[in-house]
Amino acid sequence: MENDYKVKLEVFEGPLDLLLYLIKKDELDIYDIPIGRITSQYLEYMQVLKLLDLDVAGDFVVMAANLIYIKSRSLLPADQQPPEETAEEEDPRWELVRQLIEYKKFKDAAERLGQRALEQANLFGRLRDKQEFIPERPLGEVSIFDLINAFNGVVKRVNAREDVREIFGEHFSVSDKIDALLKMTATGVALAFSELFADAATRVEIVVTFLALLELIRLKQLRAMQPEEFGEIHIERV
Amino acid sequence: MELKQILEALVFASQKPLSAREICSLLRSAPADTEAAAFSKVKEAEIAALLEQIKIEYIEGGRGFQLAEQASGWQLVTDPRAAPWVRLLYPEARPTRLSGPALETLAIIAYRQPITRADIEAVRGVAVDGVVQSLLDRNLIRIAGRAEIPGRPLLYETTQYFLEHFGLKNLDEMPNCEELRRVALPKAEAPPAPPPQAAAETSP
Repeated sequence: MENDYKVKLEVFEGPLDLLLYLIKKDELDIYDIPIGRITSQYLEYMQVLKLLDLDVAGDFVVMAANLIYIKSRSLLPADQQPPEETAEEEDPRWELVRQLIEYKKFKDAAERLGQRALEQANLFGRLRDKQEFIPERPLGEVSIFDLINAFNGVVKRVNAREDVREIFGEHFSVSDKIDALLKMTATGVALAFSELFADAATRVEIVVTFLALLELIRLKQLRAMQPEEFGEIHIERV
Repeated sequence: MELKQILEALVFASQKPLSAREICSLLRSAPADTEAAAFSKVKEAEIAALLEQIKIEYIEGGRGFQLAEQASGWQLVTDPRAAPWVRLLYPEARPTRLSGPALETLAIIAYRQPITRADIEAVRGVAVDGVVQSLLDRNLIRIAGRAEIPGRPLLYETTQYFLEHFGLKNLDEMPNCEELRRVALPKAEAPPAPPPQAAAETSP
């Protein structure tokens, strides 16, 4: 990948957000998390973040270690469990579950507060001097995890493709792909996420295209919408 | 002139929300020998009750505006259903946006204030420096002092503007308030200790 244009994407969502996202996506029971499955999915996302060279906070790594620890503990027979300070807690997942549940309550409350701000922004007083802002994600707009999830799907498809193609020297840069994406969306018609990668032949090209997409979303040139939860993502001009 | 009409005139003319208390002291401030002194003995509760009446009259009258009580008092505002048309009048007033993480950080502060940054991070499981700074810049939170624990970290709390922005009369009006103020939350450890499995690897 050429480094002429370095994308610095700050991920403000944390590991707990990712876990809640995975739980919701697969409609898992938060009180009975299949730890093996969630751990491998989590690590898969970490791989993608690494592939993209995104600035992954150390918190993600700590949570990965924690998940692996819980998973390994759950594999031990009951009489070989390491002693815990809180002896009444039999299930090694419990601490994490409790943290997720408490955090989810705040997330839900934040969503409802955001709704209130939206309603409030519809009231106009006699003197309009105050600065107003509404929650960033209107209905249907996607989170970073939705995008990474879709990206992961595209990468997998390319990896699975058996056909042999002749590859010439690769000269993709993020700035080239930014231009290409802007051209593709210039008509104002929304494109399906996968269409953006239809011509991409290699993994590198896909990664570069995706970074260009993230950058354009950050610059508020493009918008990613998902009409149905966990459905196909559409990309359109803002 | 009836008191109710006067109250209506006051909220109409005012450039900022008026609380019943403010109106009460305003009426008391009228010089004794003037016409304005006629209502100088009125009680705050009576004012509040009449404002409430006006609010209901507007609703029943099907007006395009309403009398709304918010954190800092009573204010005439447009009917929210008229918003798409009122926006035509103020096309430049594009709302700035608050991101999901910012909103969540703000919610944690609002329910658990005053709170240190480390304790916010313990709940969210991710660093919040940038987010806290943008909330400070937007005047939604402010520094409430320092916690009397090692390092004396800064404490954060929400502002009056926070209430106005979210259309709350007070903090008790926040959704699911009772529970979220009470629940036991993970606390930041001081000094920050690595998780047990990491400690085992790094200890000499």
